[in-house]
Amino acid sequence: MEALRRPGTIAFFALLAVAAVLPMALGQTKFPQWLEVAIGGLLTGVLYSLVALGLVLIFKASGVFNFAQGAMVLFAALTLVRLAEKMPLALAILATLLVMVAMAWLIERLVLRPLVNQEGIVLFMATLGVAYFLDGFGQAVWGSDIYTLHVGMPKEPKIILEGTFEGGVLVDMEDLVAAIIAAALVAALTLFFQKTGTGRALRAVADDHQAAQSIGIPLNRIWVIVWSVAGLVALVAGIVWGSKLGVQFSLSQVALKALPVVILGGFTSIPGAIVGGLLIGLGEKLSEVYIGPFFGGGIEAWFGYVLALAFLLFRPEGLFGEKIIDRV
Amino acid sequence: MNLRELEPGSAARELGAPILAVEGVSLAFGGVKALTDVSFEVREREIRAIIGPNGAGKSSMLNVINGVYRPQAGRITFRGEAHAHMEPRRSAELGIARTFQSLALFKGMTVLENILAGRSLMMKSNLLLQALRVGPALREEVGHRKRVEEIIDFLEIPHVRKTPVGRLAYGLQKRVDLGRALAAEPKMLLLDEPMAGMNMEEKQDMSRFILDVNEEFGTTIVLIEHDMGVVMDLSDRVVVLDYGRKIADGTPDEVRASQAVIDAYLGVKH
Amino acid sequence: MIYRETGQFKTTYASDQQLFPILQDRVFVIGALAFAFAVVPFIASDYMFRAILTPFLILSLAALGLNILVGYCGQVSLGTGGFMAVGAYAAYNLAVRVPQLDLLVIFVLAGLCAAAVGLVFGIPSLRIKGFYLAVATLAAQFFIDWAFARIAWFTNDTPSGSVSAPPLEILGYAIQGPQRKYLLVLAIVSLAALAARNLTRGAIGRAWMATRDMDVAAEVIGIRPLTAKLSAFAVSSFFVGVSGALWAFVYLGSWEPLAFDVNRSFQLLFMVIIGGLGSILGSFLGAAFIVILPLVLNQLPTMLGIPLSTAMISDIEFMVFGALIVFFLIVEPRGLARLWAIGKEKLRLWPFPH
Repeated sequence: MEALRRPGTIAFFALLAVAAVLPMALGQTKFPQWLEVAIGGLLTGVLYSLVALGLVLIFKASGVFNFAQGAMVLFAALTLVRLAEKMPLALAILATLLVMVAMAWLIERLVLRPLVNQEGIVLFMATLGVAYFLDGFGQAVWGSDIYTLHVGMPKEPKIILEGTFEGGVLVDMEDLVAAIIAAALVAALTLFFQKTGTGRALRAVADDHQAAQSIGIPLNRIWVIVWSVAGLVALVAGIVWGSKLGVQFSLSQVALKALPVVILGGFTSIPGAIVGGLLIGLGEKLSEVYIGPFFGGGIEAWFGYVLALAFLLFRPEGLFGEKIIDRV
Repeated sequence: MNLRELEPGSAARELGAPILAVEGVSLAFGGVKALTDVSFEVREREIRAIIGPNGAGKSSMLNVINGVYRPQAGRITFRGEAHAHMEPRRSAELGIARTFQSLALFKGMTVLENILAGRSLMMKSNLLLQALRVGPALREEVGHRKRVEEIIDFLEIPHVRKTPVGRLAYGLQKRVDLGRALAAEPKMLLLDEPMAGMNMEEKQDMSRFILDVNEEFGTTIVLIEHDMGVVMDLSDRVVVLDYGRKIADGTPDEVRASQAVIDAYLGVKH
Repeated sequence: MIYRETGQFKTTYASDQQLFPILQDRVFVIGALAFAFAVVPFIASDYMFRAILTPFLILSLAALGLNILVGYCGQVSLGTGGFMAVGAYAAYNLAVRVPQLDLLVIFVLAGLCAAAVGLVFGIPSLRIKGFYLAVATLAAQFFIDWAFARIAWFTNDTPSGSVSAPPLEILGYAIQGPQRKYLLVLAIVSLAALAARNLTRGAIGRAWMATRDMDVAAEVIGIRPLTAKLSAFAVSSFFVGVSGALWAFVYLGSWEPLAFDVNRSFQLLFMVIIGGLGSILGSFLGAAFIVILPLVLNQLPTMLGIPLSTAMISDIEFMVFGALIVFFLIVEPRGLARLWAIGKEKLRLWPFPH
């Protein structure tokens, strides 16, 4: 990990560790409670990472920041939950996957292809349009109630480490399972990008569309593949989040939470999405519980973003992203 | 034979003291050494050409002179002010203006607006007055417009003054680029391949403009050019760069006869 | 033939640089203004004022401000809702704590507060661009959301979180009823549009556009990126802040922070994209489009005899917005303003084809 060799990275993590344990050092809280908050935050962070993963994938392969990722999560969850009412779950998942692939194909055809080689900001605004469209379309087709998604996730929180700490530590099992699923997904994706020819082609495309085209990489097919994979990731995120929160409109707002994650981790780094998610989740929870009361609460709403802002000013490529060089 | 000696009635130009001194400039991008220990000077009212094979570091040299790139070593002295690295704004304030190889025009604006933008340093009225467009703000707009129109006439582009520059032919765009640089009434003009992509007739026009600017306004000119004919005709002295090093420095005739220069251009292994 | 410019010679630079150098433009604009000021107040219904004209004008002002920042200076901002909120709450606090101040003074001061906040949140633009800057402005949006929701001082310690504006009065003259409100807003927005046009065709406008098009070249000719970008943020936020104050005081009457949330920011960005980036007229066209579209969509099903639920209509609204954004970005990135300009070109030649 050459990123770790950069001086800022070590300093940042050190600072973070100090800030995290400060409430205990100041005597404000005891370790078991702190651990609960910390674990809760980390697990929420994993959920953010799932959404951020889709963002990183698309950026890595097409240089586009996909604002519609959140809408895709919602759409996938909605499609799944409504289809599951009519067919067995496994079949519904398969059907939803096909729908997401079809959607990827449509987006490539109708939005990406006409806008090839426009600046990033134009593509970003286009994905904003796609997000709005998808939000409306999903609810028009499937309805706008809150739907419960039953995929067999554990619902009972478990108390662990009862022997070590008095009263034990409360852990949300559902979040834990989600974390394991996310880890598996990350491993699979990292392998895909490093080891396969398609993965390398994707990285070439992210660097320069025209150059990649000129050496014969089939841009259109690549994009359909990538957006389909992002759709798969969105489906997984949709299952996990939907199971936890219920499938409803606010799910698409999760995309807004994923933005700071990607900035922290680096737009082009898959492990970065995980680390970034963990950091944002942890930071949000800790700051909300221990600093929040001084300000009337609600710090969670902007903590991630302000942290991202600090990164943008001092380390725009994030913790693990590639350094951006601007040639004149 | 130098073009200027043929021009009837042209005032004898007196080349002044050195106005620009480049001393020991070295520039590297990561591992790539763009310039290594380059030194030369330019006299006031002189037309100095920088030539050399592709990749020799000519554009990088211009970029260092007006502060777009920061050299790792060396010094730029302009009009008595020495800088380890020039700031682009400071170079503009001191009176250096330039054109760009890849045009860097403001595509969203018209020809008139582009050239007016060149006079930005001279526009001083504050925001409120501009919003009301009264008094000093209005006088400034009209006053500067007059000067800009003179430049437009000089460059023979009045028929396209209100056209967005993105829509113009390449040759006209190059004239707008020159106009924008002239608008600042600079002491020294850096021209990065002003003739690139032009046909014979356009080159003659551009040469005429450059000479007129030099003779009428006494502007010192440093230009990068590939067309040897143009270089020999226009310039007083020439600097030759190859792989980032200076390999010759003298009058066009001296440089043309130099073995090192011949080798560099013919690609003799060195 | 209608739009013929032949025969209109300019003999001074001043006359060539006037606001509307072509006679037909002058006639049209003066006519439109006269109509808006003198005729509309008597013929429009209360509904027209309340639902269409007043919100259209106020949002045009906000779109104007955003267009200066995004369209003319190229700095992407998704925090516009937040700056509107600053204007609204600044005006509220001034009106409640310093009631002696005249309303117009309050609006100007509110605008200046928003300008100051915009300046501060614009500082990141000196280091980051494009959608990275967009994310930074989102930080501003969420932080401002939170500040007005949680910091009790801003809402004068109102327990419910929702505040109301005092009755409107300018120079002793009460502003009540839809007509007077409309005229007030019309006057303010007309002046603002004039000021904005003067700025964009002046030196600072050129500095903005140069920074947008080629910031390295801009720096080389002496334009300070700091001055250009921060002035764009400040001027833009001033207009947006005043529009926020107007939205709160004149249109809503009473409001909560939600009126200025991130959806408002998106709405304004849509107006600017659809209307046309870098165009004063475009800001108005975009605002008109976005104000009228939901009303049309609401009425259309009933008119066509197809009954649709409110939720469905709202969903269709989202779909249409999203699709239009993509459509405009692909087909006419310069928006409705460009279509208008093309229309004028055709009028120049009509009835001849070319």
